[in-house]
Amino acid sequence: MPGLDYKALGVKVGLEIHQQLDTTHKLFCECPAELTDDEGDVFLRMLRPTRSELGDVDPAALFEWRRGRMYRYHAPPSHTCLVEADEEPPHPINREAVAIALGVAMALRSTIVDEIHVMRKTVIDGSNTSGFQRTAIVALGGTIEVGGKTVPIETIVVEEDAARKLGEQGRIVDYKLDRLGIPLIEIATAPVIETPEEAKRVALAIGRLLRLTGKVKRGLGTIRQDLNVSIRGGAKTEIKGVQRLELIPKVVENEVLRQVRLLEIKDELRRRGLTEEALREVRPVDLTGLLRASKSRVIKRALKSGGKVLGVKLPLMHGILGREVMPGRRFGGEVADYARFWAGVAGIIHSDELPGYGITEEEIERIAEVLGVVRGRDAFVLVADSEEKARKAIDVVIWRVKMALEGVPEETRAALEDGTTRYMRPRPGSARMYPETDIPPQPVTQDLLEEAKRYVPKPPDAVVKELVERYGLSKDLAEAVVDDERFRVIVEALERFKGSLEPSYVAGFFIVTLRGLRGEGLDTDSIPDEKLVEVLEAVAKGEVAREAAESIAGYLAKNPEASVDEAVEALGLRKMGREEVEKVLEEIVAQLRDEILKRGERAMGLVMGRAMAKLRGRADGRLVAEVAREKIREVLARRG
Amino acid sequence: MGEYHGYTGIVAEVLRKAGVKPGDLVRIRRGDGAEFEGVLMPRYSLSPGPYVVVKLRNGYNVGVRVDPSTSIERVGEVPRGKPGEPMPLVEGPLKPPRERVMIVGAGGTVASRIDYETGAVKPYLSVDELSLSVPELWRYADIDAMQVFQILSEDMKPSMWSRIVDEVARAIERGYDGVVVTHGTDTMAYTAAALAFAFHKGLPVPVALTGAQRSSDRPSSDAAFNLTAAVLTAARAPFAEVVVVMHGETGDSYALAHRGVRVKKMHSSRRDAFQSVNAPPLAKVLPYEGKIEMIDQRYRERGREELVVENGFHERVALIKHFPGDIASVIDALVDKGFKGIVIEGTGFGHVSSDAIKSLERAREEGVAVAIVTQTIFGRVNLNVYSTGRMMLAAGVIPLEDMTAEAAYAKLSWALARAESLEEVRRIMLTNLAGEMSGRHHLRLYTHTGRW
Repeated sequence: MPGLDYKALGVKVGLEIHQQLDTTHKLFCECPAELTDDEGDVFLRMLRPTRSELGDVDPAALFEWRRGRMYRYHAPPSHTCLVEADEEPPHPINREAVAIALGVAMALRSTIVDEIHVMRKTVIDGSNTSGFQRTAIVALGGTIEVGGKTVPIETIVVEEDAARKLGEQGRIVDYKLDRLGIPLIEIATAPVIETPEEAKRVALAIGRLLRLTGKVKRGLGTIRQDLNVSIRGGAKTEIKGVQRLELIPKVVENEVLRQVRLLEIKDELRRRGLTEEALREVRPVDLTGLLRASKSRVIKRALKSGGKVLGVKLPLMHGILGREVMPGRRFGGEVADYARFWAGVAGIIHSDELPGYGITEEEIERIAEVLGVVRGRDAFVLVADSEEKARKAIDVVIWRVKMALEGVPEETRAALEDGTTRYMRPRPGSARMYPETDIPPQPVTQDLLEEAKRYVPKPPDAVVKELVERYGLSKDLAEAVVDDERFRVIVEALERFKGSLEPSYVAGFFIVTLRGLRGEGLDTDSIPDEKLVEVLEAVAKGEVAREAAESIAGYLAKNPEASVDEAVEALGLRKMGREEVEKVLEEIVAQLRDEILKRGERAMGLVMGRAMAKLRGRADGRLVAEVAREKIREVLARRG
Repeated sequence: MGEYHGYTGIVAEVLRKAGVKPGDLVRIRRGDGAEFEGVLMPRYSLSPGPYVVVKLRNGYNVGVRVDPSTSIERVGEVPRGKPGEPMPLVEGPLKPPRERVMIVGAGGTVASRIDYETGAVKPYLSVDELSLSVPELWRYADIDAMQVFQILSEDMKPSMWSRIVDEVARAIERGYDGVVVTHGTDTMAYTAAALAFAFHKGLPVPVALTGAQRSSDRPSSDAAFNLTAAVLTAARAPFAEVVVVMHGETGDSYALAHRGVRVKKMHSSRRDAFQSVNAPPLAKVLPYEGKIEMIDQRYRERGREELVVENGFHERVALIKHFPGDIASVIDALVDKGFKGIVIEGTGFGHVSSDAIKSLERAREEGVAVAIVTQTIFGRVNLNVYSTGRMMLAAGVIPLEDMTAEAAYAKLSWALARAESLEEVRRIMLTNLAGEMSGRHHLRLYTHTGRW
């Protein structure tokens, strides 16, 4: 965001990186730790708020329950068992997952705990069948160096991934249980990051470190970043679920901007003299009669189903609800999100967006009159819904506006694809966490620590150096390999094709060739690793030309069902043998006979140009050159 | 050096010396210099190892190893919250219909609170607590509740059945429209059968036993669903029988009411663990819709019978199972120990090893009743097919047709408390009192077929 001086604003960002581990089975059962397209059994459940010893309940959980939320779980038998269905207690924690996390902890020089205690973290949205997520700290503290700065690590946690949300239908939310229980490592940094770009660099560095364990999953959704963002005078906002690294700076920028704007709103409201007392006095007014004949679709729909239109005056608030807090989001939108979440209404209408929604100038005039709104000074909000919901929504609106007098409320927000965020729920307290009594504590034994040492990632610099030395890769290419999601696959391929393909060709295929295809808009991420290795295999065996690898990979990206053989066949890339190449070149040489006689061996370029135009991808370039030279010499010899 | 808040050995010693107790804010410094600060937690007894457990500020617990180089100091105290006004799940007053249901607590945790610090669950069965945490119950009845005892399922004894029978009878006499008994699930089938025999001569209202397979401290607990279904059954069911009302499938869609004499817990952990064996369930119960759909159309109607209570159970009854080893010695030992009744789950048709026939004969001579059910769970015993069976009959065993082991156990306990002679025990055992036996099994009763 231009014009924001992050240092001066006192921006503080902490990262929580969640990465799926590539273990043989899930964290608390023996199901495969992977997603599936398999369909499964379906069952419907509800979750209830539970009561603490002091008698209180989580308000967000209570709210979901009062809404009559039901969760429809899809449980493919190939990838889920009674544990995911919450029909059997969890099994002891997956030792492999713990060992990997401990390996990472060693690399970060964290303090490893002596006994791991699994906790239950209350999760109220149905994404965990149990109603809580199982999570355990394995290490505390540590540091990572990023761009010359030492970033402290706060915690290293192993926890279960949540179920996959498939969609929503009214009161029912659909979840698939294949993802539930896949082990995640969560690495949380201290809130010391000061700029949006730095946040991305730290995320990159942690991601790279995790990849170098060789034991993490790759692909969209396998790594998710949560961000804690605050500015001086603002509040800690927890932003959930940033799936793409590139989005991190944007999300931070937008949140900083939002907090700056909310603080500006606070100052403005105080300057205008708005007080909490004044807001305590406002009352909703029933405007149903007044708007009975309104052409507004929102209002007509509510009235048709027996609802009401309630309005409330917001004193001294003129223009505030219409203020932009981040690109494409006004303060009124923030207020509306609260009303949606807490009162379950579809939305609100506020005076800064009127005339609009089919509400006419005359209607506005009459609303203002009834509510006692002085236009140009006060604002108002309308809610059209069942009376109960509308009343609740008005209460929520006033509640949120009161918060605006204090500045930035602490909240949890969800990251959207465009880098903006929206309100999800209030920030949970630590009361959400209590011991998982079904799983005995796991002592960190000497055996376990030995096992963990296998997974300690090497420092990236050392790996780059090793790639340069062992395979003769350029430093740039080696660095790109280390940063690539397919790092492990590439290294395996380098080793496998050592002697049959040049390492720079192998690495270049994964780095340069695939990047080129992505540039053309192809999804190369979803091509299975084995297929890419098969392509190289075909090149190594001489079945296809080196140059053909690109078009084969492109075909595989476009046709996910196709095998490498089918791609080669469909593209007509079955490589020509020497005889076929000779035949093509004899034709070309015959056509260019005069030029060859005139230029002698210097005609090679011309001949090769014609030949490659015909044979690119279908014959090995070196073979073509060899044959071309022979044929030119034959022509020259015959003349001689 | 004794136990100290669950800690033993060196840890107990170090904690005592440091003068710290659970709830204190402590700083622990390990030999390697690493420091942990948090609230000292009590340790679950029976967890071994020299570890001290602290709750960190972020809510996580971690265990820190204690050795002579570890230092622990108290750095403060964490103020405990004070109970405020508990928050009700629904707003506004409850407006129950005129039906009245008594909930009798006999174990299990249908209403509880959790201590988020330790994870400990405390049951709270009172009307006030229920109205706050399971207000849906009041949709179907005005609720009263009382706790007879709070025990673990496995600690249930026949003498406790008598106390439950008394409480249920008292509630019926006081005019309640139905009674719900909450119970641990592991031995619920035994208690259900016992109640069914005690009330077999006259029961005017339904008695519904229920419990939870997921404890009520969890958001996913089945306790409220089952309890609501049980209250609905007690308030509105057209039948007056002793039933077990529990989840009918894994999801929260319907419950099933099983006859107490037919029901068996068939799974260690699933919500729908309870099945009717050798009989269909009595009814389907839909707690959200407020509906009860009868499955078995033959039942004892609500309001037709006067209350008749035949309470009392004999404690010296054993339930054993045939196994390929020395079953004879087990039977002998039970007779020697003074047991008056033995239920044996025999092989297939009900056999025990032929070398145990002598032990059966001896049991009869000592006046011990031996009754036979099958360990296959489904199907009927038949001691006429093979010679071992005929020898067993000659030795005086009582073949209990298609009765479940649980019903057989409760019935033998009940019969021994009132019969004067072995002959009378036999007569009672072979008389169908509460639907515990039937002569007809149609193909669909065996629920394991047709699933694949």
